[in-house]
Amino acid sequence: MATTILKKPSTFYEVFTRKPDADKINTHYCPGCGHGKLHKLIAEAIEDLGIQDRVIIINPVGCSVFLYYYFDTGHIQVAHGRAPAVATGIKRVHPHSIVISYQGDGDLAAIGGNEILHAANRGEHITVFFVNNAIYGMTGGQMAPTTLPGMKTTTTPRGRDIHNEGYPLKMAELIATLEAPVYVERVALTDAKNMAKARKAVRKAIQIQVEGKGFAFVEALSACPTGWGMNPPDAERWINEVMTKYFPLGVFKDISDKVEPVKFERKILTPEDIKKAIGIDGGEITQVKKYQRNTVAEKYKNPKIKIAGFGGQGILLLGLVLTQAGMLEEYHVSWLPSYGPEMRGGTANCHVNISETEIASPLVSIPTVLIVMNRPSLEKFERTVKPGGIIFYDNSLIDIEPSRKDVEVVAVPATKIADDLGSTKVANMVMIGAYIGYTGILTKESVFDALDMMVKRKEFNELNRRAVEAGMKFVM
Amino acid sequence: MQVTLQKAFVKIDKEQCKGCTLCIETCPVDVLKISDRFNSRGYHYTEYVGDGCTGCGVCFYACPEPGAITVYKRGAIVDEEVLSEA
Ligand SMILES: Cc1ncc(C[n+]2csc(CCOP(=O)(O)OP(=O)(O)O)c2C)c(N)n1
Ligand code: SF4
Ligand code: SF4
Ligand code: SF4
Repeated sequence: MATTILKKPSTFYEVFTRKPDADKINTHYCPGCGHGKLHKLIAEAIEDLGIQDRVIIINPVGCSVFLYYYFDTGHIQVAHGRAPAVATGIKRVHPHSIVISYQGDGDLAAIGGNEILHAANRGEHITVFFVNNAIYGMTGGQMAPTTLPGMKTTTTPRGRDIHNEGYPLKMAELIATLEAPVYVERVALTDAKNMAKARKAVRKAIQIQVEGKGFAFVEALSACPTGWGMNPPDAERWINEVMTKYFPLGVFKDISDKVEPVKFERKILTPEDIKKAIGIDGGEITQVKKYQRNTVAEKYKNPKIKIAGFGGQGILLLGLVLTQAGMLEEYHVSWLPSYGPEMRGGTANCHVNISETEIASPLVSIPTVLIVMNRPSLEKFERTVKPGGIIFYDNSLIDIEPSRKDVEVVAVPATKIADDLGSTKVANMVMIGAYIGYTGILTKESVFDALDMMVKRKEFNELNRRAVEAGMKFVM
Repeated sequence: MQVTLQKAFVKIDKEQCKGCTLCIETCPVDVLKISDRFNSRGYHYTEYVGDGCTGCGVCFYACPEPGAITVYKRGAIVDEEVLSEA
């Protein structure tokens, strides 16, 4: 039965409670804005296709940044121009979802020009709605890549000069030249005839994703009466009479009849799947073990640790083991490898937080604990240590002493101890032992269990444990 | 009680109308007009003149506001109250 009542599609929230202002029934758009017209077509298509529960809309930066006020679907609001990248990620981890990227011309064709081309070229299974209003609406009518030659905007007050600003980008045409896109059409959100075509295009672009056929792109010429300084009917006439000369309407590519659909099953992961995916083979998830924490002296609590040395010393692993052990003891933890330019000099460092409270930033710029395993690291980071903090340094490799008088200094001949145990490689483990033995921040038990989790090659277990114990013995 | 409409009509919620006049512009039979009154948000709103709507629906798609316009086509089954508001 044909629809006999045309009313607000149920995809829209009945009341826009997410809008912060008092008006919860109207959109925030200016009168006559094309965004609202496109919203209605998308909402209606989602309703008719019965996919509301599967839809995730990527909200761009631009006037349509608040899509989540209106559509009762999933949403993510993303950084300017990055919608296709986020859409890609979501679709790949939730292939059963219907991912709609909605973008303006500033968002898609200017700052995000690179993102959209690659998403299209990869043939991501997403639907892109591209609102071309030839201008940056939200920020007050600046030139967009789509601004027509000669068109006046706040940044082209004498009109866009093609010798200075180049020509408008024809995104639909550009994308249609790529192999992967399945469907590319340009429509105009204007009179009845064009709205009927736009309505069909919107449905088709979503349907293609529902059928698993690939990338669909609809460019919609859309009125911005405010930015153009026109009344709404004149703005729509201008689209029909002027804009379509430069941006012709029509289908630029449609291979939807030819492509082999991909079937996306809804996959609900079982604990078994997850264990397999993360490589815990067959092992049952047994009773979660409870770890007893040591009593820690006040000054050693909530350490902000910087660990530094040269590549090959296992600096990052040293940090990871501390982090993992901290997690087992139910501390808040963070681990951040730092890739500064010094990486190229063959040095490595990482930042670790072990905290009783939530961690605001994983970055450790002023460490309370500095663990250094070569001289350049000591020279570089010694001055950053917080007064009252503590420095552990490998004095079998570092031939100078720290000069700070306002910090504790613990010299550990970690590399020498490691050598004596039979492998230089375990110097990092000796350092762990020295640190936990000296401060009591973590127990040997949790560190051993963390080692079992972090070190894949089981033949090292025994040696690693002995190295940790040797480090502890040295400082205690 | 439910009734079957013998005649199409269009309903405009004046509080949801921003007076952009796109619906007026597009109506093929010219049965919409802008009011000289304001709604509570300060917009002149559009009104149905009360007769002549064919239920073609083009005003619905012309309107950027999600819920401002509802079009009831001939044959639609509606609550009696809807009819009385028309
Ligand atoms: C990284 C970044 N750069 C610049 C801005 C400023 N900015 C906000 S919206 C916008 C342009 C939006 O234009 P368009 O995508 O055409 O959407 P419209 O507002 O016209 O719908 C810009 C440049 C920003 N928010 N973030
Ligand atoms: S500035 Fe333009 S694009 Fe933004 S809401 Fe107003 S009319 Fe729409
Ligand atoms: S439904 Fe058609 S005839 Fe009726 S008011 Fe709307 S545009 Fe005019
Ligand atoms: S199109 Fe909608 S908002 Fe514009 S005047 Fe008509 S009813 Fe009002």
